[in-house]
Amino acid sequence: MRNPQLNTNGELTHLLSIEGLPREVIIHILDTASSFLKVSAREVKKVPLLRGKSVFNVFFENSTRTRTTFEIAAKRLSADVINLDVTRSSTAKGETLLDTVDNLVAMHADMFVVRHAASGAPHLIAEHLRRLGKDSVHVINAGDGRHAHPTQGLLDMYTIRHYKKDFSHLVVAVVGDILHSRVARSDLHALLTLGVAEVRVIGPQTLLPTAVAAMGVRVCHDLATGLRDCDVVIMLRLQNERMNGALLPSAHEYFSCYGLTPQVLALARPDAIVMHPGPMNRGVEIDSDVADGPQAVILPQVTFGIAVRMAVMGILTGN
Amino acid sequence: MPAIELPDAEAQCTELADLIRPHLRPDTVLVGIHSGGAWVAGRLRHLLDLPGEIGLLDVSFYRDDYGERGLHPRVKPSSIPFDVEGRPLILVDDVLFTGRTTRAAINGLFDYGRPAVVQLAVLADRGQRQLPISADFCPWRVQLDPTQELILSTGDDGHLRWSIADHA
Repeated sequence: MRNPQLNTNGELTHLLSIEGLPREVIIHILDTASSFLKVSAREVKKVPLLRGKSVFNVFFENSTRTRTTFEIAAKRLSADVINLDVTRSSTAKGETLLDTVDNLVAMHADMFVVRHAASGAPHLIAEHLRRLGKDSVHVINAGDGRHAHPTQGLLDMYTIRHYKKDFSHLVVAVVGDILHSRVARSDLHALLTLGVAEVRVIGPQTLLPTAVAAMGVRVCHDLATGLRDCDVVIMLRLQNERMNGALLPSAHEYFSCYGLTPQVLALARPDAIVMHPGPMNRGVEIDSDVADGPQAVILPQVTFGIAVRMAVMGILTGN
Repeated sequence: MPAIELPDAEAQCTELADLIRPHLRPDTVLVGIHSGGAWVAGRLRHLLDLPGEIGLLDVSFYRDDYGERGLHPRVKPSSIPFDVEGRPLILVDDVLFTGRTTRAAINGLFDYGRPAVVQLAVLADRGQRQLPISADFCPWRVQLDPTQELILSTGDDGHLRWSIADHA
């Protein structure tokens, strides 16, 4: 089957999911990101790579932070950025997703950064553009439903590589609501593609996908057991809306079983790093002493995220 | 075109250093363009006995052929470990050809500040310029067919060597 993310030359033309990305493509993005990281540290935080290009941030689901980081990334590449809050405009008036896309293509969009509550929406747009013959228009998935959040997965890999250098000896744990998390799915695919020694998923039965072990990860329901000798701990945000259903008794009980405290973190390796995609719920999935502690790399993740998104935009637009 | 004899690149670095030496100022710094220019700049720093670090510039983000050729597959981080504001800079590259790389490098440099002077030092000038750019220091001018690519590389022994690839 044709890989919808690659063009006929095998080059990355859309970023829809980490799943199915060749290892060398991931490494290339991470390597390129390290060059862009230096750009953000300069007095003039801009390069002219995407001068004259129009990047449309099309967010069918609210997310101020992710949208802002994409906007900063595009602006540091000198692109013109247009933010569309479609939840409050065209979609509310009844326009279909593809009609919205057609209108933006008619405005000579060069790139769509798409967030949508429905899994597969960015793929639908990419296929639509292919049928239109608009090969020079690129799509980046900025999070679709429970499916994927590939730039978050890539920036997490960048962070791990920055602190740990080599993936092959690492034990990495992903903790929390794996079931509903597109971040978790992108991280798991990336970690497995990059060949870490062991990937663990830790969470209550109700928040783990039933067949997750089939991916080749170790499943733990006990936080203390799961964290033992870990090099990297990736905490996931517990979405408040999950509290209302039957999946969890209460935020307090969740914290007592799965909250990352200094005591339980002490079971991981002494040089273990703690990551979180944000926004954090202090006192729900992570204790403030950990979030503000020396092992947390949560704010560097944000800085790396800009460089990774610049790299993705730079590579896609050139292909 | 008959095969031309390729000179010793290491000896040319010494010649280039000799050309630059009378024009050095106390605060002159070198900036090498990845990757060939970076090697040459490293040689010059040693030959000219310059105290500070050299700058390294990857011009991939400033190239004008990005639209046609995309992003270079091996972009290296640029590193300018000094304040360029008001400094005399010597930009170093291996080959001067169309001048487009030099143009991109000058654009890149100015995003770090406003240097006092920028001069250009290259090992080889093969003509066929497409921009109003010329080298200030150059030990070797050579005529090549446009389909020929002049390549500087380092062998296992770390020695700089010229080779020619024919893309005809």
